[in-house]
Amino acid sequence: MSAGRSVAFAGIARSFGAVQALRPTDLAVAAGEFLTLLGPSGSGKTTLLNIAAGYIAPSAGRVLIDGRDVTALPARQRNIGMVFQNYALFPHLTVAGNVAYGLKARGRPADEIARRIGDALALVQLDGLGERAISALSGGQQQRVALARALVIEPDVLLMDEPLGALDRQLRKHVQLEIRRLHREHGRTTIYVTHDQEEALVMSDRIGVMRDGRIAQLGTARELYENPIDSFVASFLGESNLLDGRLISVNHGRARLDVPGLGVVEGVAADGLEGMSDVAALVRPEDVAVEPARGGWPARIEEVVYLGDLTALKVRLANGQDIWCRRHARLGVPAGAVTIGWEAAAIRILPRSQPTKTEERTP
Amino acid sequence: MSLTARGHLATALLLLPALLFIAVWFVTPLAQLFQLSVSDKAGPFAPYAQLLGSEVYRRVFVNTLWLALTVTAISILLAYPTAYVLTRLKGWWWTLAFYCVLFPFWISVLIRTFAWMLLLEKNGPINRVLLELGAIDRPLELLFNAGSVHIGMVHVLLPYAVLPIYAAMIRVDHRLLLASDGLGAAPLMTFLRIYLPLTMPGVTAAAVFVFLLALGFFITPALLGGVSAITVAMLIEQLVNERLVWSLAGAASFILLAVIFALLALAARFVPLGQALVAR
Repeated sequence: MSAGRSVAFAGIARSFGAVQALRPTDLAVAAGEFLTLLGPSGSGKTTLLNIAAGYIAPSAGRVLIDGRDVTALPARQRNIGMVFQNYALFPHLTVAGNVAYGLKARGRPADEIARRIGDALALVQLDGLGERAISALSGGQQQRVALARALVIEPDVLLMDEPLGALDRQLRKHVQLEIRRLHREHGRTTIYVTHDQEEALVMSDRIGVMRDGRIAQLGTARELYENPIDSFVASFLGESNLLDGRLISVNHGRARLDVPGLGVVEGVAADGLEGMSDVAALVRPEDVAVEPARGGWPARIEEVVYLGDLTALKVRLANGQDIWCRRHARLGVPAGAVTIGWEAAAIRILPRSQPTKTEERTP
Repeated sequence: MSLTARGHLATALLLLPALLFIAVWFVTPLAQLFQLSVSDKAGPFAPYAQLLGSEVYRRVFVNTLWLALTVTAISILLAYPTAYVLTRLKGWWWTLAFYCVLFPFWISVLIRTFAWMLLLEKNGPINRVLLELGAIDRPLELLFNAGSVHIGMVHVLLPYAVLPIYAAMIRVDHRLLLASDGLGAAPLMTFLRIYLPLTMPGVTAAAVFVFLLALGFFITPALLGGVSAITVAMLIEQLVNERLVWSLAGAASFILLAVIFALLALAARFVPLGQALVAR
């Protein structure tokens, strides 16, 4: 079932004064697709969303919904469902009053409105709460009212701006799965903005990783995780260890780099690596094998974090660089000096994006 | 001394000067006035009976209430769009507009009222311009009627209406208006169903403010109004200064005070006034 409409951005750009919030961007979202724009604050993801909604006019380019140019239309004429970061529920109306609002704006008859409020509240599992005041709801319930209000108008596109930011971690996980289930049921094209990689991984058909006002990479979660185009995407999606070095050679899809103080590291070359100098080896924590001293890189265990199912280890290499690795908690922690190793096929050699703002990530 | 006790003492000390001042200079005279109003030779409540029983005095009270009501309505209608414009302005323009609203506060009511007298009088600039233009053949009677009283009072009271409405407006989350727009609401619907209800506490606060001030207004109606537009405040002044009947003046004061308390209590049932008056 797909009730969604396709959305296309053609050469969309936006400047605020001298600041270019969004560089010329092309993006096609398929009908019924769940697309997440993932990026740090200031990367342009919310600007792109607001342009889709009609809240911000682009400086250049066109927005097409179902092939129709809507660039000049205000939000009220676009048939979009928007879920705001703080929900923006009308505080003086009841739950039902909030959900009914868009239907009243469309002049639907009262009996139809009543029926559709009931359906929408049932969809988000808030049956019977229609007469509650907004202030009497928990954060999670308010979030669902916001969803119901956006969905009840049967929007061509559902737009969500960090809708889980205000919820605590436990609830967030639950609501992520809930949004995924709802998306399977309503089948509406959804553009979802977040800075939380976990949300992006759980819910999306495709993810656009944004940085400095452009989409750095667009693809499925698996494509982005396994084949990031550069060190920024690699560090933004999933846990990562990056070993910076100078490229020595690229041969038949394999690349070798020289990591100062460590030596030669070999891995699978990312596209377009030829001729580059500053590169990085991406080593995912789950690919690192930590063994009692044998062949491999000699290292020292700096920190052990017990995570229940897994144990995260921070080991320090001979050149002073720290590497995070993960292993089954059942395996225990080797004592004393260790060596770490990995299979070259699991390692990606990537262009280094400048300047990376990657902070040390917790396990 | 425990921490809470110390906190209570500090609170009491901070409030003491104001409380003393009010006790000596407000509560005491008020009590004396009440004493005067109930110590008439004809019996303790004779002045009250005289005021409420007389057609003439009742008319003065009704006139006063009606004047306060119309002045309030006009002030709110003028203040609402003004306050909205204030919320939309930024930087230098905002400062300029805000000072324009506050500026009348810094000029004495007396001076402003005299200014209106000069503008509205028979040989004043308004009549002269209209005569020059040939719009009228003889000067209009602009002064000493209900019109001039309304103009003068609205002018004085407008800032009291603008400020609470402005405070309510800046508290409205802009995203609610975006949400309404995104849900397909026309601008008029967004105004009537979202913006107006959310700014209503400010409107109520402004209305209460202006109405109460208008009820007790003296200078402006006294100078700009005619004999037909006599208000309770003018009546009290006459009773004290010309007829020297303090008991009637005291009774009139307390009837006005009772009306004010009753209206405040009524208003408080509908709006949390404290919340409306103080911007968060």
